[in-house]
Amino acid sequence: MIPLVYYLGLAVILFALGILGVLLRKNALVVFMSLELMFNAANLVFIAFSNFYQILDGQTLVIFVMTTAAAEVAVGLALMVTIFRHRGSIDVDQTKDLKG
Amino acid sequence: MTPQLFVFLVIAAIAVIAAVAMLLSRNTVYSALYLIVNFLAIAAIYLSLGAPFVALAQVTVYAGAIMVLFLFVIMMLGAEKLKEQEPLKWQRPLAIFLSLALVGEAVYALTSHIGQDFLTQPPTDTLADPKAIGALLFNQYSLPFEITSIILLVAAVGAVVLTRAGKKEEEKS
Repeated sequence: MIPLVYYLGLAVILFALGILGVLLRKNALVVFMSLELMFNAANLVFIAFSNFYQILDGQTLVIFVMTTAAAEVAVGLALMVTIFRHRGSIDVDQTKDLKG
Repeated sequence: MTPQLFVFLVIAAIAVIAAVAMLLSRNTVYSALYLIVNFLAIAAIYLSLGAPFVALAQVTVYAGAIMVLFLFVIMMLGAEKLKEQEPLKWQRPLAIFLSLALVGEAVYALTSHIGQDFLTQPPTDTLADPKAIGALLFNQYSLPFEITSIILLVAAVGAVVLTRAGKKEEEKS
């Protein structure tokens, strides 16, 4: 079968791409999607090790990560809608002060 | 090259290309669609690793629910074609350097500690059993499970409170 290290390598590449997205893009929605990409890279590592050790704990943890990501997206998008109403933009550079 | 390796390489290439396209796309709707492609490719990898329950949860929860929420917000805000400012001049090379440093570090750690001789197993029935996952969730992981439910409740309430129009706006309308 396929060596474990290939799956870990793919996860590392996806995680690095997610970090690049967070650092480079200015659109807050794309920054959010890059965060989801990093969550997925972590999930991939969980599943790969779940298969490697033949135990189910990894899959259970992935389910927890998914629910937490869903909660994070709900709150984050709500924040984004509010910011867009206030400023008419979701550019992360323009929201640099906390004063309403 | 075995058939399994060939399938893995094709799916991995699709996942990486979709992720890069998501980063480079100027239209936010296209970014979201490319991310869905990436999620589906990763779900296929979960299937090949013998985790069909998680693979289908990935398709329904991530590619279904979460990305639909994203697309809904993009279209509601009309944010699909927002002009982006250029990033600071030193930011782009520094970001690329830091990500490459992370990849290099990870490659070194992986090749020096985990060699090619650690192999994944072919899919088995015991690992793919949703019943066993449920039993694990409700026995060994019952406390995290309950905490997750509270997190979801707080997130739902928080989203409603945050998007509710303020008192002043209510008086105006």
